[in-house]
Amino acid sequence: MFEGKLFVAFGERDGVPGPVMTEVLKAAGLDVIYQVTECFV
Amino acid sequence: MGGNPVVQSYAYLLAHAPEFVRYGSKPKREIGIDPGLAGKIEKHLRSFEEAVRYPPNQVFLGNLHPEDLATSPAPWWQNPVAGATRDGAYGPFLDQLEVYGFLKAVDQFDLVWFTPEFTRRLVQILQNHSLILPADVANLGQGYPIDKIRSKIENEKSLPLFYQGDLIGAIHRAHDEDEALQADVLLENLVTKASGALAVRALLKRSGIGPEAIDYILSCSEEAVGDRYQRGGGNLAKAVGEACGLINATGSDVKAFCAGPVYAIVHAASLVKAGVFDRVIVFGGGCQCKLGMKFAGHLKHDMPILEDVLAGMAFLITQDDGVSPVIRLESVGKHKIGDGSSQQEIFTSLVVRPLEKLGMKMTDVDKIATELHNPEVTLPQGSGNVPLTNYKMIAALAVMRKEIGRGDMEQFIARHGMPGFSPTQGHIPAAVPYLGHAADAMAAGKINNALFVAKGSLFLGRMSRLSDGLSFFLEKNNGTSDMNKSK
Amino acid sequence: MDSENQALMMRLAEEHGKEKLVVVLGAADPEGVEISAETLTIGDPSFAGPLAGVPLGLQVYHILEPEFKNIIPEAVYQEKLGIFELTSDGAALGEALSKIRQQGKAKG
Repeated sequence: MFEGKLFVAFGERDGVPGPVMTEVLKAAGLDVIYQVTECFV
Repeated sequence: MGGNPVVQSYAYLLAHAPEFVRYGSKPKREIGIDPGLAGKIEKHLRSFEEAVRYPPNQVFLGNLHPEDLATSPAPWWQNPVAGATRDGAYGPFLDQLEVYGFLKAVDQFDLVWFTPEFTRRLVQILQNHSLILPADVANLGQGYPIDKIRSKIENEKSLPLFYQGDLIGAIHRAHDEDEALQADVLLENLVTKASGALAVRALLKRSGIGPEAIDYILSCSEEAVGDRYQRGGGNLAKAVGEACGLINATGSDVKAFCAGPVYAIVHAASLVKAGVFDRVIVFGGGCQCKLGMKFAGHLKHDMPILEDVLAGMAFLITQDDGVSPVIRLESVGKHKIGDGSSQQEIFTSLVVRPLEKLGMKMTDVDKIATELHNPEVTLPQGSGNVPLTNYKMIAALAVMRKEIGRGDMEQFIARHGMPGFSPTQGHIPAAVPYLGHAADAMAAGKINNALFVAKGSLFLGRMSRLSDGLSFFLEKNNGTSDMNKSK
Repeated sequence: MDSENQALMMRLAEEHGKEKLVVVLGAADPEGVEISAETLTIGDPSFAGPLAGVPLGLQVYHILEPEFKNIIPEAVYQEKLGIFELTSDGAALGEALSKIRQQGKAKG
């Protein structure tokens, strides 16, 4: 269902941070083109 | 030297600054896009009395404890504390006039100008103030004519300063072109300096120790003091030390984003334990740029703008005095560079490992203080409840380590955690707002220990995506220090 | 979602084409997740950023939704995301975001 899609990892420091999300998405064989980690405070 | 050091004294302060909310980073940018917002924001600013009576503020200043907040009716902003006083057990609550006065009192480069009338008013307010030092009133000067102030605002990009609708002054840039010395940057830095200095002065009063007895001062604040060639050059610590008469001290800044305070306390404790210095002050000044950061959420829910207070805090670290809470330096928790960024890895390094070193389980520590941002500030903006999010992670980790059952998570959080109560002033909420309360609770025999856990967001500076955090374990003094033995 | 990140997403959508992009959120607070998801699909609900009133129509998921659990290798999932099974409701997030995705499709 994600065939050919480009992924943007929009992480949050207190949830799932960008680097962790990128790692798991790549482990699933997905193409991550950008990552961000938000900090709300 | 040799034994673990102690937190001998602590002070916290709040400074009501509704006139500075317009210059907070988020409000300033949004007002720039939509000038009509200024009026809406103004309508939602609180009076000083309202800010004083606000339950989380009373907790921050030590008149209430975090556990009192857990049973205070919500929403807190609609349930003021009856009989609340501006005199906190841990330090004072300054009003806007005092903020203006002390801002000018610590201004050594004539960056802040007030009109002569306003200056006279500030002199009146400051001259008998409990935190005044001799040089302060002289530094207030005589003031400048309003037309000269207006000219600076119109022609030299000075930021106008207001009080209750009237233009009463301005803050100037220190250089025509240098971006690091523009008025907004200098306002931020001077605010941190003033609030930090006042927290240190309050600390000295509370501890009864003379300023000349301090040998080192560390800042853990997040401002950038410098010029275009060295934008983060820093050493605001020494500037604050000067403003507090610490004639025998030098200082330096600890920069670690929001985790700064915990790093600075560990650095201070290490210096004392190693015998390099005997009495080290760690302070954090207020964050001007964080004022009104979540204003949109507050406006949306027709709430007052809760981020109208600057905060300051200061701690005195000394050798073991046989009485004060002890910092167990042998088990500082660190999130290592090689550790991953998952919540599991972060809290394993910051909570599990340091406790393991002490032969303890997560359930053995009485209180865990994490980032203590007041959730009433963050929830309306969709930013969540930061302390609770952290406690859920810690509790979940305890379940994964089979220390508690899944059904015990809520109870674990209630027992070992606490509601957030700190103003969302960057580094200020980093676990250490609980330090004074922990010391009180230990003295009252209510707890034996507490773990202080802070996290930093390094990625914000675009130099690293790493997670960051540090923790330290604080313990009730068992009264068997070398100091006592030698008596 | 702050203005800078909204602008960033608009740029990426323009560069790669919004049909090709999938945004995966990792925020801890469910309400914050929904606000971010709405912002990227039907427009900024707070009317405060570049995406105010702009339905970008992107596909937005949360990393804890079942769609990802099914394709991420189990060992990796457990190690990096396992803890959230105790603190978050991936299925509930999935339901909430499904609705928003539907709305996004209808508008975009």
